[in-house]
Parts: sequence; C-alpha cells; structure tokens
Amino acid sequence: MNTPVVAGGILIEARNVHKSFGQTPALRGASVAVGRGEILAIMGPSGSGKSTLLHCLAGIFAPDRGEVWFDGNRLDTLDEAARTKLRRTAFGFVFQFGQLVPELTAADNVAMPLLLNRVRRRTAYQTAGAWLEKLGVGDKGGRRTGELSGGEAQRVAIARALALGPKVIFADEPTGSLDSLTGEKVMDLLVSLAREQGTTVIIVTHDARVAAYADRVVMVRDGLVSLDLGAAEAPAAKHAAKAAN
Amino acid sequence: MSVPLTLLGLLEREPSHGYDLKRDYDEYFGRGKQLPFGQVYATLGRLARDGRVEPGEAEPGDGPDRKRYAITDLGRAEVDTWLADPVEPEPHLQTVLFAKVTLALMLGKPAEAYLDRQRAAHLVRMRDLTELKRTGPLVDVLLADHALFHLEADLRWIDLTSARLTELAEAVRNR
Repeated sequence: MNTPVVAGGILIEARNVHKSFGQTPALRGASVAVGRGEILAIMGPSGSGKSTLLHCLAGIFAPDRGEVWFDGNRLDTLDEAARTKLRRTAFGFVFQFGQLVPELTAADNVAMPLLLNRVRRRTAYQTAGAWLEKLGVGDKGGRRTGELSGGEAQRVAIARALALGPKVIFADEPTGSLDSLTGEKVMDLLVSLAREQGTTVIIVTHDARVAAYADRVVMVRDGLVSLDLGAAEAPAAKHAAKAAN
Repeated sequence: MSVPLTLLGLLEREPSHGYDLKRDYDEYFGRGKQLPFGQVYATLGRLARDGRVEPGEAEPGDGPDRKRYAITDLGRAEVDTWLADPVEPEPHLQTVLFAKVTLALMLGKPAEAYLDRQRAAHLVRMRDLTELKRTGPLVDVLLADHALFHLEADLRWIDLTSARLTELAEAVRNR
C-alpha cells in the first residue's frame, strides 16, 4: 500500500513491519504513516493485528522486520532503555483498563510520570491538578483510582497521558469498558484536548462510533493495512480555521 | 431497490426471457413481494428503447412475449457503475446492498471492494455526524445519535458479510 500524503508532515510511521508471536504472524508487512496533529483510528476484526501495530509504533514491541520511524529517526533500532525513555517523555498511553495504580490517588497517578521525568514535586502536583480539572475530575484528585467509576478512571488516564505534553497519544480501545454516553464524553475530551495541544492520537478500536472521531481511518486485515479510508477534508486546516474564529 | 438495474444485472449472466428474469428476481430479491409480469415487460421495453438491452427475434410459443433479451455494452457499463458506486448512507439500505452483493458474487465481480467503498462512505458520514454532535445543540445530537446507531448497524452487517463472502459466493453460484 502506498504511503498517503499526510497534511502537516509525517510524525510517526511503520514501514513494511512484520511481527510474529511464536509461529503465529500478527503483522505481515504493515505500513502506515501518521501526520503531526492527526487523529488516526485503526480498525479491524479481532486478531487482525491492529493492537500489535499500535504496540510496534509505540516501541513496546520490536518488529521482527521492517522499520518504525518517529520524528525523523528510526525507533525500532533503539535499545530497550532508549525506547523506554522515549515512551516516558514523548508518548502518552490510554488503554481500556489497567494503566492506573489503584492504590494511589488520582493526583498521584497523574503526577507520577512527571516525577519520573524529574519535574519538581510541587510543580508536578500543580500540573496534575490542572489537568484533572480540565478533564472534569478536579474534585477526585485525593481519591484512590481503584475507587473511581470507569468513566472517571479513564478521565484520570487521559489527564496522565496529556500531562507530560506528549507528541503522540496511543489509545487502545479507550472506551471499551464504558457505557455509550460515558464513552462519548471520554472521546470528546480526548479529541478536543489533543487538538488543542496539537497532539497526534492513534486509536485502536473496533467501534465505528469511536473511529468517527478520527480525522482518518485505516483498516488492518490479516496483518496488513489493507484500506485507508482517507482523511476528512483537510482536517488540520479545518481545525486551524476553527481555532482562528 | 432499482428494478431496472437489477434486471440488467441478471441479464449480464446470459440472455434471458422475461419469464426467466421474473423467476430469478422473485427467487433472489422478491422476498415475498413478487415482480408483476407487466412491470418486467414494461421495464424491458424501456431498457430496449434506451439501448441497455437488445430484444431478439420473437420465438413461437404461448405467453405474452417470447423474445430473448441480451444486455448491450451500454447496459453492462451501467451495471458496473451501479455496483461500484456506494449507496447513499441512510438507514434501511440493506436491501439495495444485499442485491448488489448477491449480483456481484453471481457475476464474479469484486464484491469485497464494493463493500470496502460502502464502508468508507459510511465512516465519512459517521464522521460528519459526530462533528455535528460535538458542535450542535442537543436536539441535533439526538437526531445524529439516531442516524449513527443505524449506520453502525449497517457497518456491522457489512463486516459480517465481508467475513462470509467466500461462503456466500459458493451458495449463490451453486443455487
């Protein structure tokens, strides 16, 4: 499949990526390019390789063959320590569940990646508080995340993903455990805030209503990106025009 | 559902009499609502007038019309265009899509590619409606929700049909 022209330049890209687990191939030459500030949805049937593609793009899995590029540099050739650093500084993650530490408070969870990046404690907690406020869960900062509802926990997870000012947010079925209305509010916040910050978002979902929030949708089938459903009419320009008004 | 285009599609398999076309139409697409003979012959007459089909010589025998009709190149091109064009995404389009998929499989045409185009058209419409929801008043949100759930149901049908294409192709060809 040809690399599409991406408005604003390519930020992250998989080129002909292969990945197997034992004898089972998950990706068989998948290629996709994602632009700066673009919101991309990756869809596909169960077992198609869509989550594996996300994990390869995020440097969580190293591909068996092929290349992953981020911001003009090879990501797949970095050693584990360098990839971990990149994940901690440039990437944010929102998964279906399990990314928060349930014994810690919402504020602790959001502040933790900042503290790991040597942000001063006071600044880290102020930043965490501000992001929790933006996500509408400012009053939950002192609550343990294990005690929060699914929707509240996902808002905390988004606050944590955005607090570091990442270049890319990777979201794997971010509304998978939420009811329709809560899922919609979570997606609305994720997309609005990402656009406001100019953050690229890559969402893996089987839900067409979640994919409809994206600027562009690609389908993964049998380990290949088989279909690019095209960008909405100049999304970057559209958002810029809206912001200017 | 477009009766003229469906009849044209059936004629692309082989030249047929009006009676055979009606029988096949009723079997595949009628679903309890048979096509009247009068409508079959009137439609064939219009298609012949417009150069989409060519009537053969009248054959001896009983019945109102014993001509065998053959599709023309113009008719064939029209069927191709119709099959490849995504249907306007709106609720209750399954009957048209169903006819397209069945005919495409019958004729050995790329049904999967047609379904992909339909999937793309649906997702674009869903994206527009989602944007409307994000910016519009609550009444628009409710209307958009209604349309989105129907479009989502169509997409699930498209996904399932895509997964069943090989099986469906065998069923249609062996019938």
